[in-house]
Amino acid sequence: MISGLRIRLLPGATPGAARTPLVLVATSLVGLVAFVVTLGLGEASVAPPDVVRALAGQGDADGAFVVTELRLPRALVACCVGAGLAAAGAVLQGMTRNPLAAPELVGVSAGAHAAAIVVIVLLPDMPISALPACAFAGALTTSALVYGLSWRDGTTGSRLLLVGIAVTTVGYAVVLGVVSTVDELIHASQLVTFMAGSVYGRGWPELAAVAPWLVVLLPLVALSTRDLDALSLGDPVARGLGVRVEAARLRLLVLAAGLAGSAVAVAGPVGFVGLMSPHIARRLVGGAHGPLLVTSVLLGATIMLVADALARLTFAPIDVPVGVVTAIVGAPYLLWLLVRGRTSPE
Amino acid sequence: MTLDAHDLVLGYGGAPVIDGLNLQVAHGAITVLVGANASGKSTLLRALGRLLRPQAGDVLLDGRSIASLSTREVARRLAILPQGPVAPEALTVRQLVAQGRYAHQRLLRRWSSEDEAALASALEATATSDLAGRLVDELSGGQRQRAWIAMALAQQTDLLLLDEPTTYLDLAHQLSVLELVAELNARDGRTILMVLHDLNQAARYADQIVALRRGAIVAAGPPAQIITQPLVREVFDVDVRIIEDPITGGPLCIPATTLRAAAV
Repeated sequence: MISGLRIRLLPGATPGAARTPLVLVATSLVGLVAFVVTLGLGEASVAPPDVVRALAGQGDADGAFVVTELRLPRALVACCVGAGLAAAGAVLQGMTRNPLAAPELVGVSAGAHAAAIVVIVLLPDMPISALPACAFAGALTTSALVYGLSWRDGTTGSRLLLVGIAVTTVGYAVVLGVVSTVDELIHASQLVTFMAGSVYGRGWPELAAVAPWLVVLLPLVALSTRDLDALSLGDPVARGLGVRVEAARLRLLVLAAGLAGSAVAVAGPVGFVGLMSPHIARRLVGGAHGPLLVTSVLLGATIMLVADALARLTFAPIDVPVGVVTAIVGAPYLLWLLVRGRTSPE
Repeated sequence: MTLDAHDLVLGYGGAPVIDGLNLQVAHGAITVLVGANASGKSTLLRALGRLLRPQAGDVLLDGRSIASLSTREVARRLAILPQGPVAPEALTVRQLVAQGRYAHQRLLRRWSSEDEAALASALEATATSDLAGRLVDELSGGQRQRAWIAMALAQQTDLLLLDEPTTYLDLAHQLSVLELVAELNARDGRTILMVLHDLNQAARYADQIVALRRGAIVAAGPPAQIITQPLVREVFDVDVRIIEDPITGGPLCIPATTLRAAAV
């Protein structure tokens, strides 16, 4: 049964408060190293020390231009997208008590994606800064729909996933229908890249569009970790503890839709980051949502950063959409989760 | 701290499970709800703990309608542990028990020394201090149930409601949980209301027994007074012989035959 799916810890691993600081330091360091190294990789290669110099505003002008103007904004967008999707995944998984609740699987990303494409194609003059709000509206609509349709005294993994697939299919049909009305080929190929999930060509305007959402929503999520902790014990227990369950769940759903929606608005529906990051974080720091969220966000940003570096370097000079890379890693991970769920006695 | 039910009508959308029930939970005592399956005992407990909204009638907590109180206010006066709670993966006992402090915390004023003291005393009372760093997943059934009870204790309420706290436990663990409940009542004078399946355990640990049949109270009172052959027959459809419990001197039921048509 998918509903009984639980991720076992590695033998001997005892996550908890004691290990959390170490994990946070290590994750941050890995993220920083990945950030510096990937900024230096590409057609014009820059050594890590020169990357640091360029970021500090020193060093030679050519290297500085490549690092700070060409690669830095894209890397920052990738970080924001990864962080937003990971946080959305952690919130969705916590509030539904369901390890398969991830923005890309339960229709949240699909709603954001469809809304974004509709706006891009039908209202081409809309500024990029308005796109996250539109995607948020789309994400909110589909997540409420999926959640409402799959809720029967809780959600089981299979039902949530099935309704999510149905809604995602409808969203994708909307996307294809709208895209097929576009007759300029160049425009269409850009849309196809967006549809696979990509941060190709993203720069400061996209960063300015997505970053404020994170700045506002992440602290709000941080304030809700107690609610997430209580909800993860099940509705009756949470209510007994004093949680206004429906209100808390609605608030969390809005936050998750905002985080995932703003990420999808600038990068398209990048898959599996929102599924994998909270899972890995849970193995590292345990199930308490404070440490879990921080770790998820750090991991999500790092995974996106590395995946995007692979996307742009592997078949260079062809820039593969980063969504292809995350899917190649993430889809087997999802299958593994499902197989594990079926064989697990729980 | 009083808890009363007035003309309570309870159900889940269809025909009421309980129709017009009145009850006063004995203050400072252990009250046990007993009855056959589907007699409405869990439904009643859930309504008394404000997990279920009555279709009509009222539950009064200290004389005030429990529906008019905020969820947080209720949680500060009454702790309820539903049946068979499941902890999420990778949660330590300490993290679980700490959640009992939810209703005592505020958005920005988080963990206080008061919270820490309540946590420590809840762990101590349930003998789970040594398990604080362990994962709930890895505990035995009995330890796990004690950890859940510790979470409810951390709410620091005078009223504790437990829905079948011994389900899925082996006999030794059942007894240890019931001993713990008795101790919580004896030491702090905490009012306890719980649902138990086993009539003999109810007879042994209850000060008051409330016997339900088809959503109505058939009898209520001290076990020695109300546990009789006709009552058990009426409530459980079982013919019993009642002897004196050689350990407690209370009533002990020995089942003879069931009166119900052979189970399908």
